[in-house]
Amino acid sequence: MKKLNILILLFIIISLFAVMPVSAQGGDDGVSDDEVNAIARDLFCPVCENTPLDVCETQACKQWRELIRLKLSEGQTEAEIKQYFVDNYGARVLDEPPKEGFNLLVYFVPPAIILVGIIVLFRAFKEWQGDDQEEYEDSSEGSIEPKRASADDDYMAQFEEELKKKK
Amino acid sequence: MTEENTPENSVRKGMPLWIQITVWSVMIALLVVVFVGLQRAREGNVQAGAETANFDFTMPLFEGYDYEGAQEISLTDLRGKIVVLNFWATWCVPCQQEADELEEAWQHYKPDGEVIFVGVDYVDTEPEALAYLAEYGITYPNGPDMGTKISQAFRIQGVPETYFLDRNGVVQHVQLGPFSSTQQIIGIVDSLR
Repeated sequence: MKKLNILILLFIIISLFAVMPVSAQGGDDGVSDDEVNAIARDLFCPVCENTPLDVCETQACKQWRELIRLKLSEGQTEAEIKQYFVDNYGARVLDEPPKEGFNLLVYFVPPAIILVGIIVLFRAFKEWQGDDQEEYEDSSEGSIEPKRASADDDYMAQFEEELKKKK
Repeated sequence: MTEENTPENSVRKGMPLWIQITVWSVMIALLVVVFVGLQRAREGNVQAGAETANFDFTMPLFEGYDYEGAQEISLTDLRGKIVVLNFWATWCVPCQQEADELEEAWQHYKPDGEVIFVGVDYVDTEPEALAYLAEYGITYPNGPDMGTKISQAFRIQGVPETYFLDRNGVVQHVQLGPFSSTQQIIGIVDSLR
């Protein structure tokens, strides 16, 4: 009976642990993985191109994440940590290049190209519209036949005249 | 008669000159950027015969890994000496394989002071780097590649990579990948003396 009571007690304790809320694991420093990943997802390790730091599984990226954890535990802000990575590994570690110098091209060239494209298309549509209108205006009054019809008439008249001459 | 496509009409209907100039300028500029980028990518790492005067650098050194008491090292200050420039990283397994050989070779040349070994730590974190240097007993000057500027200047393709510079700062030999033995390193350095 005593053994049964101990078993029941153990079962209750284990059950209590099982229903405890689960949160992202943190180290002894009190910094959770979520906090580390919130910064890591905006960084890219130069060794693993195109893979955000928070999902990269290489040894280098693991070390970087540990460094973020260390700096967070030291009380550094997100901006300070990102600046540390830029100073040490270059601006290419950022997911968005800083808006300065040559990088400005990234921000201005694509919108400029789209703008120019819109202007070109707008003008082209306007010209096509203008051409259609001119064709109708040039055709005979009251007729809805386009200009091609009048050109065909000229050709037919010339063709008939040539036939008459042959006869 | 149909309306002819006269030059007057073309000018009237065409894009304004300033737009044409702008569009062509942007297109040419983009092509130049792409061309330069591709050309650079195709070049690969710096080859033997390259003058390092074109991409001189000053590198801070890890504490305890100074050069003649200075906490930074400049490539121009090393003119007159044979330089063995080794790119490495703690996460790089082949780097670990050659760590002992590099230190042995450094100890071989250290007394006469004519050859200097310099370690460039690529994309690493300082705590791990210091632990690595201590673990492998490395004593020659070592520092981080701040902003990956040195590795970009040498256009390294990976780690480890080692560049042997003669007394004039000209690259004489490039070792891609780890060394197989201490004698291999000594053989290359001796050929430059």
